Amino acid sequence: MRRLIADQTHSISLKLNGKPVHAEAEPRMLLSDFIRHVLGAKGTHVGCEHGVCGACTVRMDGGLARSCLTLAVQADGAEIETVEHLAPAPGSLSVLQNSFRRHHALQCGFCTAGILMSLDTLLHDHPEAGETEIRDALAGHLCRCTGYEPIVTAAMEAAKILQKERLNA
Amino acid sequence: MAFDTKTADVEERIEDGALLSGSAQFIDDLPFAVGTLHAAILRSPHAHASIVSIDSSRARALPGVAAVIDGTALAKVSEPLMVGVKIPIKCWPMAVDRARYVGEPVVVVLAEDRYVAEDALDLIEVTYTPLPPVIDPEAALDMNAYVLHEELENNLGSERTFRYGDPESAREAAPRCIAVKVRYPRNSCTPMETYGVLAEYDPHGTGYDIQANFQGPFSIHPVIARALKVSGSKLRLRTAPNSGGSFGVKQGVFPYIVLMAACARIAARPVKWIEDRLEHLTASVSATNRVVELQAAVEPDGRVTALFWDQIEDVGAYLRAPEPATLYRMHGNLCGAYDIANLSVRNRIVMTNKTPTGLNRGFGGPQIYYALERLMQRIAQELELDPLDVIRRNLISSFPYRTASGTTYDSGDYVRAFDVALNDGRYGELLSRRDLARAAGRIYGIGLTAAVEPSVSNMGYLSTALTPAQRAKSGPKNGAHAAATISLDPVGSVTVQIDSVPQGQGHQTVAAKLVSGVLGLRSKDVRVVAEFDTAKDAWSIAAGNYSSRFAASTLSAVQLAADRLRHRLARIAAGQLNGRPEDIVFAGGRVHLNGNPEASISFARIASASHWAPGTLPDDMDPVVRETAIWSPEELAAPTGEDGINSSLCHSFIFDFCGVEIDAVSGQVRVDRYVTMHDCGRVLHAGMVEGQIRGAFAQAIGASLFEEFAYGPDGAFLAGTFADYPVPTVLEIPTLDILHIETPSPLTLTGAKGVGEGNCMSTPVCVANAVADALAPKCGAVDLVLPLTPARIAEFLDAEPAAPEGYQPAAPTTGKGLTGRGRAKVSASPQAIWDLLMDPEQLAAIIPGAHGVTQPSEDRFSADVTLGVGPVKGRYKVDVALSELDPPSSALLTGRAAGALGMGEGTGRVSLTVLPDGGTEIAYEYEARVGGKVASVGGRLLDGAARIVIGQFFTALGRRAGGQRSLFARLFVWIGDGK
Ligand code: FES
Ligand code: FES
Repeated sequence: MRRLIADQTHSISLKLNGKPVHAEAEPRMLLSDFIRHVLGAKGTHVGCEHGVCGACTVRMDGGLARSCLTLAVQADGAEIETVEHLAPAPGSLSVLQNSFRRHHALQCGFCTAGILMSLDTLLHDHPEAGETEIRDALAGHLCRCTGYEPIVTAAMEAAKILQKERLNA
Repeated sequence: MAFDTKTADVEERIEDGALLSGSAQFIDDLPFAVGTLHAAILRSPHAHASIVSIDSSRARALPGVAAVIDGTALAKVSEPLMVGVKIPIKCWPMAVDRARYVGEPVVVVLAEDRYVAEDALDLIEVTYTPLPPVIDPEAALDMNAYVLHEELENNLGSERTFRYGDPESAREAAPRCIAVKVRYPRNSCTPMETYGVLAEYDPHGTGYDIQANFQGPFSIHPVIARALKVSGSKLRLRTAPNSGGSFGVKQGVFPYIVLMAACARIAARPVKWIEDRLEHLTASVSATNRVVELQAAVEPDGRVTALFWDQIEDVGAYLRAPEPATLYRMHGNLCGAYDIANLSVRNRIVMTNKTPTGLNRGFGGPQIYYALERLMQRIAQELELDPLDVIRRNLISSFPYRTASGTTYDSGDYVRAFDVALNDGRYGELLSRRDLARAAGRIYGIGLTAAVEPSVSNMGYLSTALTPAQRAKSGPKNGAHAAATISLDPVGSVTVQIDSVPQGQGHQTVAAKLVSGVLGLRSKDVRVVAEFDTAKDAWSIAAGNYSSRFAASTLSAVQLAADRLRHRLARIAAGQLNGRPEDIVFAGGRVHLNGNPEASISFARIASASHWAPGTLPDDMDPVVRETAIWSPEELAAPTGEDGINSSLCHSFIFDFCGVEIDAVSGQVRVDRYVTMHDCGRVLHAGMVEGQIRGAFAQAIGASLFEEFAYGPDGAFLAGTFADYPVPTVLEIPTLDILHIETPSPLTLTGAKGVGEGNCMSTPVCVANAVADALAPKCGAVDLVLPLTPARIAEFLDAEPAAPEGYQPAAPTTGKGLTGRGRAKVSASPQAIWDLLMDPEQLAAIIPGAHGVTQPSEDRFSADVTLGVGPVKGRYKVDVALSELDPPSSALLTGRAAGALGMGEGTGRVSLTVLPDGGTEIAYEYEARVGGKVASVGGRLLDGAARIVIGQFFTALGRRAGGQRSLFARLFVWIGDGK
């Protein structure tokens, strides 16, 4: 195992949204701070830094992680995906993002990055997910603006569209 | 009419592309100057204490720390914040000499990065002398209560009485007087993004340049400028392009704007500060808690002829601007949706050792309606009437309507809204559901609420808190301007600047739609800029996002500017098309004469003419490059000599009903059905109106059932995490049926009224009324305190089953008080153990986390100890005094612990008894109180943590005393038959 020294920086190499990146961080630096302030990917947000709100959720090696409860050094060698990676191309939006837009599933958009990461992962890993699974996945997130209902509607619609796309493919 | 999202206008928002793809910029995402310092704040762990000394030498010596700034340093470059009512207290944004609430800033550290700044906080030693905490608002008014502000004689910040009509005669004439007394708790709509400030100071003349996620009202701008001792023009205040929710709360960033700006000046470097969640929950801003006694003079049929309000408003430690606005915002609406001509009011503002209060969605409404609508239900209960009839008989039935306290309700049809709601919301079905549930022995109830939701606040309502004589002296205050600017650039494209500072409400989309409609363009051709810049924009004191002012007020300014611009462009076009301006049509990005669409000119050509060809303009016309409109509703007059006040311009109506079921075992409240009827005038964007209603409803469910900024009796703040302040998730939000009728406001150019706050006002009391109805068959009329947690409801349900034999109930605890007792057996003699306990070196090895123990005098021990409670692990300085020594049998320990994370104090008694096998039974009992950060974030975990630490202590003691390594076989620890 790698030996970490408290007040020294360590080099960290990881893949962020498909691109290899290298940077230095102290062992205590949170992954959320590392992604945002060191790597400059500010789409991931921080709402509580104690693991409850879900705003900081990112995908790490395919699974979901609260970046505020993860240390940057833990992500050494990992593949990290953030909200910036969801759209198929700059200026366009994914199916899920588009249904969020259609159903007003966001207001201030501060919680949205984390919610999109959770729902995108759910719809990817469980294409058959229905309302119950969607509500379950959403239960790990706080949104103060929308009252959640439009988020559920948007996710259900996205699930249907994706299912159809898969059938046609 | 229910929304049909398929047919209603639900145009997609122009804001969403950036927000969904992660490119939107919030305050913490903005670029900042090289050399910017990052701030961290040391906050008071005490509710009330004088600051004896601050030793920051170790913090200053830490590499990377650039400055350490305390209240004394702050006071050299700034002044206290202005106070709205004329009292001489000093409202500093950081404690000077005395801290008056848990979380009050005491020292700011500026360092190269935030991690280092927080490290430095741990190195600062503040010596406090605790003072008696004043927590309960009624007790704070007691003659003998400790006084928070030495400039005052008591804790009363302001008292006023008002009388409208002839309430006393109405009371004498009425056959019944019915009253309720309610206590509205502290809570907050706490947004997901916390506060953030970037501040710079230029000593060479331009003054302060500040970016913050402030939300207005910009009447605060002069308060900030004055505190920083500069003229308004030397205080440039800008907002970030996006703000992660506010709901009123981000008004409260302004003391931190002052604080960080002053720090930037002192350090001569730019400063960045981002609040963390603990800071936000503890010390940002809270809604006021209020004690209300409300009495009604009532006719036998339930008609109310007079209301008597007696309100005690707890604004926390400082009467900070814009308070006492929470209390006076609703002053014109004190009779709600009811036609009541006689009104008596007594308003008292009290200061206590809690976080200062401020704007919060609903602002004053939840407190008012909680009392008023609980009273309406109580009237029905006492007179044995149907609560529906009581509401209906009292509803205002003709408009415009002038309330007793002087506000004009602009439009409405309350009776129709009420009838449509009952019918379309299927009230009859709900009654049958209740019957069925009750017949099956379940606990089910129905609640009702009617409420008037004011919007577009009169900037002068606050002066109602002053006497007419004081007002005469300081000059009249009133009005509520809105400003909008539309600019045309050299290629004729259109940019709109609005003054509403949105935090996600889609203002850009709605404004773009309006302007593009007037100018015959597509929404996406119009760029709307909503970030605010006091140095460049047109603005006035009412600017900002509060009192649901956007749709009614800012949009009226946008409409005005667009109409004026169109008129002027039409004149240019008329010249080029050889027609009359009134015949010019704007459509499809072109302009033409009515009836002759073939001969058209592009909009861009007309719109750019002033830039390129001013010679083609009509002779008397100034170039048309930008149009700024200030919209000012003249109805918002200053308070009258008789204290009549038109406190708001528009008044929406809400009628809610709901059914709840209470779990007979757990006491949990489940909202079974909820119907909300709104009349918010003209609906401008159905999707956004629905979003406002659903969002407010979800926050109100939180306030009804889960959320409370709880304080211990010692003023410790007990809700510092989202685990202690449980904001509802998707699983806790019941289904909501939304209904509408539309009675457009005649006073706004759009016909729209506010809609953003209504359910924060109506829902908590509607749920409480339903719970009261559910409990009524068993308990009769009950008094309920929010949030309606299972523990609170359980008190009304059947007694718990008897405790098992031998069970000793825990001693009652107060706040985060800990009590416990236990016994441990150790295989060593009492004398051996006694010697261990009296030897500092041995103690250092036994006490979990000890870094060394010293014995400054024979009966005193001091230690540095690292302790972890849940998420917070920190170092504490512990001092223990021994007394009542009876070696080797018993001793009394009195101790104190203090560290960066909080403090505690307690007493414990230890007795040693020799056992027949030569070993010793150690019995102990303790009682302790904990405050500061540990209490805020680790409160839930303290009992468990204490037991673990004590367990570790006796394990180690046993090991030492027995002299062997593995002593589990010989050591029995059973801890905690107390709690
Ligand atoms: S910021 Fe990570 S869960 Fe809230
Ligand atoms: S959209 Fe604002 S918190 Fe979810």
